[in-house]
Amino acid sequence: MSMNRREFLNMLAVAAAGGFALHSDFALAEKSAAKMYELPRFGNVSLLHMTDCHAQLKPIYFREPNVNLGLGGQRGQVPHLVGEALLKHFGIRPGTPDAHAFTYLDFEKAAHTYGKVGGFAHLATLVKRMKATRPGALLLDGGDTWQGSGTSLWTNAQDMVDACKALGVDVMTLHWECTYGMERLKEIEEKDFAGKIDIVAQNVKTNDFGDPVFKPYVIKQINGVPVAIIGQAFPYTPIANPRYMVADWTFGIQDDNMQKVVDEARGQGAQVVVVLSHNGMDVDLKMASRVRGIDAILGGHTHDGVPAPVKVKNAGGVTLVTNAGSNGKYLGVIDFDVKNGKVADFRYKLLPVFANLIPADKAMDELIAKIRAPYESKLGEQLAVTEGLLYRRGNFNGTFDQVILDALMKVKDAEIAFSPGFRWGTSLLPGQAITMEHVLDQTAITYPYTTVTNMTGEMIKTVLEDVCDNLFNPDPYYQQGGDMVRVGGLQYTCDPTAKMGGRIQDMRLNGKPIDPAKTYKVAGWAPVSEDAKAAGGEPIWDVVAGYLRSIKTVKPVALNLPKLKGVDGNPGMVG
Amino acid sequence: MSMNEINARRDAMKKMGGMGFLGLLAAAGMITPQMALAAWNKGAFEAKTLADTLKALGAAGTPVESKDVVLNAPDIAENGAVVPVTVTSNLPHSQQVAILVEKNPNALAAQFMIPEGTEATITTRVKMGQTSDVFALVKSDGKFYIAKKEIKVTLGGCGG
Repeated sequence: MSMNRREFLNMLAVAAAGGFALHSDFALAEKSAAKMYELPRFGNVSLLHMTDCHAQLKPIYFREPNVNLGLGGQRGQVPHLVGEALLKHFGIRPGTPDAHAFTYLDFEKAAHTYGKVGGFAHLATLVKRMKATRPGALLLDGGDTWQGSGTSLWTNAQDMVDACKALGVDVMTLHWECTYGMERLKEIEEKDFAGKIDIVAQNVKTNDFGDPVFKPYVIKQINGVPVAIIGQAFPYTPIANPRYMVADWTFGIQDDNMQKVVDEARGQGAQVVVVLSHNGMDVDLKMASRVRGIDAILGGHTHDGVPAPVKVKNAGGVTLVTNAGSNGKYLGVIDFDVKNGKVADFRYKLLPVFANLIPADKAMDELIAKIRAPYESKLGEQLAVTEGLLYRRGNFNGTFDQVILDALMKVKDAEIAFSPGFRWGTSLLPGQAITMEHVLDQTAITYPYTTVTNMTGEMIKTVLEDVCDNLFNPDPYYQQGGDMVRVGGLQYTCDPTAKMGGRIQDMRLNGKPIDPAKTYKVAGWAPVSEDAKAAGGEPIWDVVAGYLRSIKTVKPVALNLPKLKGVDGNPGMVG
Repeated sequence: MSMNEINARRDAMKKMGGMGFLGLLAAAGMITPQMALAAWNKGAFEAKTLADTLKALGAAGTPVESKDVVLNAPDIAENGAVVPVTVTSNLPHSQQVAILVEKNPNALAAQFMIPEGTEATITTRVKMGQTSDVFALVKSDGKFYIAKKEIKVTLGGCGG
């Protein structure tokens, strides 16, 4: 389906030449392709940053969103720009590999042209290249690394732990890692990672006495410069994910403690202070405006592929804020020129990882093959063929989510379905076979239980309002990341600019208004309560796989989207 | 603090923990059950609304918002049943610290009497049924000062 290397390089040359005619000079094509990864060294301290790969060891397709609304002060601001608005803001030419990497524009066609992205074997080659030109460079992993695939779930994260060690990760922080439970996390930290990878998180403490659970930060010497890497785990882990999985730990944003840790690191002689964050970009931007003394916040969680850092002013100077996308699609490279004990200048590049353009690292390729071997037949089962494009990202719905909703309603005989607004999950091109691996890419979590609940109309409204506020609260510190819960069956109008309680309007089922007092049968999955675990509903992947086997062909999906109010002309939305 | 010190403190606290804070104070002869009862402001704890509670505490009207009252609490509660709240008063002669949760059935969650010469920092956990403004009320030199923070209580799930 995707092009071979020669064809691909040709396409790149065309793109580089402005898309006039098919270029026949292969040598020129290869040169232009190689240029993309020719990043001259700058300064004396370099950090490589990957985040939110969601356990994607193999190259995949991943479509960026066409709806990523920013409201109030965040309207039209990075990262709430999509499509043309994003290209314009960052000065990226349309029709180029970068335009494909950072936007959804012309996705199907461009994905055919440029092929898959990411994959640890290709990432490993790129990391080696960057380390070769940047002696002493560290590789930082922003978390959401151990969850998101069949093999990560079945090996209890061991596949990703081994792959990250082989990749050469030096420091990491956490979010979905916590859904393997406290014991497993500490086991990996103390055994697998001992002396190799530091887990840092200044904002994770014990519930009883507030003692630190992980190192708040580490100081590493890079070419004689002491560099502090402070960890910021996802602040709302016990809320967004099951609390029982981290029952003894408390999280939160913890600005005050962050300031103390920054001051302490500076006191210890750190000349560069970097926060490896899983806050999400809006929270990082706010934190950068409040805490002094951080040179850069290297962020993740919200899966924003942001080509250039945002410079945030604060009482101590300027802090750079980046976000490095998801699914192994990018590698962030930040170079600091440290002079007279402080950062004098910097360069940043978020490199897209085009698997066709970077040869696979042999050792990593073999490791991945070994990891997958016992599971290949299970992963490879073809369940159905999709006629349309399947993807997940977007504030309100994605086509793969719609398939999940349709499966839930059909299999569970429910009139309404809810599916969480997760931002991970890979994309499939029209004509591709949907395998069990693809279904697990969308569903592989440690609390996959499906639920069927009788809910009153009033309760449904409460749930939708609650989730909507987690996404659109004007204060980023009250947001949790993720997207709006996907809704099947029920139609509604949403005014993201309204206050909580007033955003969800005109709820209807089959054209009839929802009655607050009436009871409706609602199917869902990924419940966070311990009761739901005890009830142990059928795993979502079995529900979806069964549905796909029965329909064999997935017709182009009609997205159930809310009617939107108050967001006309928002540069965070197209279509 | 090293991990060894932390573990030692943990063990010590575990052994003593069975008694609870009031038990320890009573054992040390610092307070008697009568004293605890005498301090109990029934009217204030039974008041429903914020205004009635303030009245019962003798702080009717609008207490002055003060930057010297620092209210430290999560933006979003991890567990509405036990929301950690810390109040520090930097005002001179702080005599009382109270925590009020506006949307709870009874707004007053806790009231602390601060003896002269005591550092006015208290930490406790309050129960919250829904998203609400939470107030720290401090009485200093007979006057009332206040700090406010919204704490969100959410259904959870659906993140990331």
